[in-house]
Amino acid sequence: MFVFRYDKTFEGLLTAVFDAYSRKTFPDTLLSEAEPAPMFMEQEYRVVTETGKSTRVWMALNKKLSREVCGMLMHVWLSELPKSDELLLRYMRKVFDSPHSVTTNFTDDDVVQVEKIARKVSRERMHLIQFVRFIKAADDIFFAPVSPIYNALPLTLHYFTDRFADQKWLIYDIRRRYGYFYDLNTAEEVTLNDDTHLLGGKLDEKLMAQDEKLFQDMWKTYFQALTIKERLNPKLQRQHMPRRFWKFLPEKS
Amino acid sequence: MNELVLEKLKVLAESAKYDVSCSSSGTTRKNRPGAIGSAAGWGICHSFTEDGRCVSLLKIMLTNNCMYDCAYCINRRGNDIRRATFTVQELVELTIEFYRRNYIEGLFLSSGVVNNPDYTMERMVRVVKDLRTVHRYNGYIHMKSIPGASPELVGEAGKYADRLSVNIEISKEQNLKLLAPEKDHQSVYRPMFYIQQGVLSSAEERKRFRHAPRFAPAGQSTQMIIGATDESDKDILQLSSALYQRPSMKRVYYSGYIPINTYDTRLPVLKQAPLVRENRLYQADWLMRFYGFRANEIVNETFPNLDLEVDPKLAWALRHPEAFPVDLNKADYAMILRVPGIGVKSAKLIVASRKHGRITSSTLKKIGVVMKRAQYFITCNELSTFTVNEAQPEYVRNVLTEKRSSKRESDNRQLSIIFPD
Repeated sequence: MFVFRYDKTFEGLLTAVFDAYSRKTFPDTLLSEAEPAPMFMEQEYRVVTETGKSTRVWMALNKKLSREVCGMLMHVWLSELPKSDELLLRYMRKVFDSPHSVTTNFTDDDVVQVEKIARKVSRERMHLIQFVRFIKAADDIFFAPVSPIYNALPLTLHYFTDRFADQKWLIYDIRRRYGYFYDLNTAEEVTLNDDTHLLGGKLDEKLMAQDEKLFQDMWKTYFQALTIKERLNPKLQRQHMPRRFWKFLPEKS
Repeated sequence: MNELVLEKLKVLAESAKYDVSCSSSGTTRKNRPGAIGSAAGWGICHSFTEDGRCVSLLKIMLTNNCMYDCAYCINRRGNDIRRATFTVQELVELTIEFYRRNYIEGLFLSSGVVNNPDYTMERMVRVVKDLRTVHRYNGYIHMKSIPGASPELVGEAGKYADRLSVNIEISKEQNLKLLAPEKDHQSVYRPMFYIQQGVLSSAEERKRFRHAPRFAPAGQSTQMIIGATDESDKDILQLSSALYQRPSMKRVYYSGYIPINTYDTRLPVLKQAPLVRENRLYQADWLMRFYGFRANEIVNETFPNLDLEVDPKLAWALRHPEAFPVDLNKADYAMILRVPGIGVKSAKLIVASRKHGRITSSTLKKIGVVMKRAQYFITCNELSTFTVNEAQPEYVRNVLTEKRSSKRESDNRQLSIIFPD
């Protein structure tokens, strides 16, 4: 078994693809620097991430693939699923080796897998867009805690900066402990030094803006008034709005 | 903003909740510097109530006072319910504050009719005009047009709203007359016509001047109540098919009649709203809009009502065994779409994959075709299977409905209104 070790970044993965082609040896497994070696390892190669190499691979992919498919590869990477890097490597090899486009070949397992995982991540992105709930803090910053199962927050930036362009906001991923702060110009990645009080997904009432509680109550009242009692269907509700989001929703708490 | 507004919100939301439409799709508008928000184009649901319906827009009435006495409506003159009226300022602030917290995609403004249609319409237009011009609100607005409103006011509303709608409510005019003696179809179709004129002339303008103002860019929609009167599914679907022929009509909604005014003897006595029938009508609606079916293929003189046991696509396939089996390696897209168990997404994937090799049943499973249903209607590069022609339609029907019917007795609730792909 032939093993590549890399730093578990997307650039690292692209560099690994570059190195594999230049060495003409292709790994069976991709491991991080620290992971223990498999039992029957024959050879090991350490990838040193280089921006020059990764950019070249990414440019080559952009030349061969449509923007949508390149986006899908990014989605698969952000899924953070185990073995998704190996899937990406196999997929990229197929793209480079085949004279025809492989992206529509849904008889191929890897193509179907990439499509499937990308769809899952994109659904999680959509869920964030749907269920992010801003809490107005006393200093006029709109704060929203989130906890997506895939790392979909970076994919939503474009949407949130466009929609909430005239208010300062902070969306914080409490599962991965990082977030994005928008200061009316650009959204930048932030990590809070002391985020333990946020990890429950609630903001303390003392930190909220004056009328925040009232608007939360109004929204909750509105939400409850809107239910048609004759048509209750909690299963359908859960299907569209999975329970893991409820702790962040004022109408459900 | 205070507790009083909270009470009003409760009363007016309860009055508005029976309107089905809540879509926020059809307009893409980027944020402009200095303005609030954007419109997403594909529609976003921000919450789901316990009845499983999506909450996308702040669906609210300006007032639930109404001079009409329509039998099917909760806000009818004769009903003893709490009445309230929002001021323009209250409603505007509520919309913007909810919007800033990502609770909603926009506003759905409706109203009871006070004094006369134009008086009501004018007050509604004031709200949307205030939002757009004073507060530079850039999000989605859906506005109800009051039946009988004048063309000037409809024109004014179209300048600010993304979508306008006028509800037909009852598809046969004599039935409408019976339940709502003060209304007629003319008063509904006229505003519909004004909206269409506005949309078409604005489209024409914009061909010449790129920045000419848009008029109701998300078109119009309408709603029909089903089960309150004796219309057959054929009447309903033929009307909606005719409506879809019109250039600006985007959606027809069907609302299963919920027995609210049970004291009125003109209304049928129902134990429960006809939710399954409503679901089947939506499925039929999807077939007309995305699957290339014509209304008279789904319902006609021989079959005036939809089959409640099987979905309309399967019902059509069972009535037309001669069209099957479909060879998935050769058939064109339109025919593949007609196979039960294959939706738009799978059909597209099948057509795309054929470039690379032959389709087999294992490929189909990977693509996501519902083989349980599709197997009787397809052949794909394999030994001949047990299709609908060998098995007889009655047998296929029994096999595919067997489990469901036993389940339905215990769980007779609403089905998902999203058509399964």
